[in-house]
Amino acid sequence: MESLIYLMQGFGTALDPANLMFAAVGVILGTAVGVLPGIGPALTVALLLPVTFKLDPGGSLIMFAGIYYGGMYGGSTTAILLNTPGESASVVTALEGNQMARRGRGGPALATAAIGSFVAALIATAGLAFFAPLLVKVAVKFGPWDYFGLMLIAFVTVSATFGSSPLRGLTSLGIGLWLGLIGIDQLTGQTRLSFGVPNLLDGIEVTTLAVGLFAIGEALFVASRHLFNDEKPMAIKGSIWMSREDWKRSWKPWLRGTAVGFPIGALPAGGAEIPTFMSYTMERKLSSKPEEFGKGAIEGVAGPEAANNASAAGTLVPLLTLGLPTSATAAVMLAGFQQYNLQPGPLLFVQHPALVWGLVASLFIANVMLLVLNLPLVGLWVRLLKIPLPWLYAGILVFACMGTIAANPSVIELMMLVGFGFLGFVMRRYDYPIAPVVVGLILGPMADSQLRRALQMSLGDPMILLQHPGSAIMIAIASIALLAPFFFRGLSKFRQDED
Amino acid sequence: MSTPTASRLHRPTLVIGIGLFAIAAITWHDAANMKIRASYGMGADAASYFISIFLGLLGLGHLISAFRRQTDPEPSDWKAVLWVSLGLLSLIAALWFDLGFVLGSTLLFCFTARAFGRKALLADIVLGFVIATGIFLLFNKVLTLGLPMGPFERLF
Repeated sequence: MESLIYLMQGFGTALDPANLMFAAVGVILGTAVGVLPGIGPALTVALLLPVTFKLDPGGSLIMFAGIYYGGMYGGSTTAILLNTPGESASVVTALEGNQMARRGRGGPALATAAIGSFVAALIATAGLAFFAPLLVKVAVKFGPWDYFGLMLIAFVTVSATFGSSPLRGLTSLGIGLWLGLIGIDQLTGQTRLSFGVPNLLDGIEVTTLAVGLFAIGEALFVASRHLFNDEKPMAIKGSIWMSREDWKRSWKPWLRGTAVGFPIGALPAGGAEIPTFMSYTMERKLSSKPEEFGKGAIEGVAGPEAANNASAAGTLVPLLTLGLPTSATAAVMLAGFQQYNLQPGPLLFVQHPALVWGLVASLFIANVMLLVLNLPLVGLWVRLLKIPLPWLYAGILVFACMGTIAANPSVIELMMLVGFGFLGFVMRRYDYPIAPVVVGLILGPMADSQLRRALQMSLGDPMILLQHPGSAIMIAIASIALLAPFFFRGLSKFRQDED
Repeated sequence: MSTPTASRLHRPTLVIGIGLFAIAAITWHDAANMKIRASYGMGADAASYFISIFLGLLGLGHLISAFRRQTDPEPSDWKAVLWVSLGLLSLIAALWFDLGFVLGSTLLFCFTARAFGRKALLADIVLGFVIATGIFLLFNKVLTLGLPMGPFERLF
């Protein structure tokens, strides 16, 4: 009940005219950057963080919410019109969405994605507002051992669900964990792997890593491939509005997508990739016109797009209540909160209820704003897609470097950014997933300090992790999730050898 | 280029595996030289040892899979990668020698455009210059963030 009052107060703040303007600017900027090919929501948030630095915390959080939802929406536009999904979660949207655009139904595809995202985000944000306080009540009872168990699960699910093989995913995670070691250890003051470079003492900045891996790495990779592949954006022909039949075929997939997306996003189960694929398969089975799948079935856009957005709102549940980022976007958002001196976790709800509920209210408002602004502005977004690639990537690189040196004015920081860019390029070239690196960098030091806190409380006895039922169960889940793919792959390999 | 024995071995996987071993060794060495010890429980070095072992195992995994059949990456236009690298290096150099953000960004812009096959160098320099100056004015004057200044930026 108390939280409802706070939520109402949050709406009061968010509906202030100046804040409404911040939300609108955030949504427009987020969409404009998110719509650029190759730029997913994580990168959109990372690139636009510097823009919000100097605003007051309330205003910047509201703008931030707008950027987040705007980036999500922009990604789906690119997937539909250009067939270049900016992130793995829009791969499925591109499947049917681009087919629809090719058949002159780009307008309804964009509309069902936008309205589906709206419906999903609305329900999922309401879910967030409902479940977060409940989870906070549980989370305040969590000991360091429980947090450690949770982080183990997050490590395994993040690295095992992304990428083409568990070895590659775990390697990405390992690189992230290793980068997380760098700097001064918070508990003892011991420096780790700083090699005498003063800039490394504070550790690696998450935004520098994310922008380097995603923006610079992507630019290098696209540059290396531009001779070999040439996608032109589809023109939107005909009406952009959905027909009565489109509505009829869309509303159930929206709701089903939301029902799949939100719980999977809220559990630390590895991002939006799985729910979008699940939703796609489900819609294909349930569709009255399964023959249209692969040729532009509207259900195949409506369902996965709703699942994508619902799971993105779902990842905010562990992020806000436990301080646990389970996707690259959530990791960058966590860095954003820390920039405003906010530490997500159960204490945030107790200490800054006005801010948390202000953010939840702004998510609602950003969502409405998105729907109101984006459908009429779709022509503008399409024009953005037509910026020639050379200028587009040149601009992205300038903006990415600018953001990093504006946040940390030093040449060393820029060199690290470029270094991460080349790392991102190599990882892309050899098919290593990027997201586990970012998640590893953030969660690694957190897992380290939780484990050590647990061991200090047990006077060094590691059995404490297994004596508490919560952490014992979570460690068991993590081990099973880690070993299962290797085991099953071993089995299938064994069978192949027998043939 | 490759001898018959080497062709069975997937070289990039092997190199990545060796790289992982090297990082693991550096991390182990760094952990062994840590001075501050925890009184009980785990010290700051424990995580380093653990990650070093983890990376070592991953390196081993790469060595093993280097002998398995691997899909080769798609062809790359290395000239384009070089142009982008040159652009990034120019920005680093511009900041290193205090020549300012605008000059560095202009070079980054036109070299990147060159990487993507644009030949109109002069037009790109002008466009890059306008964009960089615009960003500089927006961020330094309106949002009061400190982008690095050189002779040109001090004119404002």
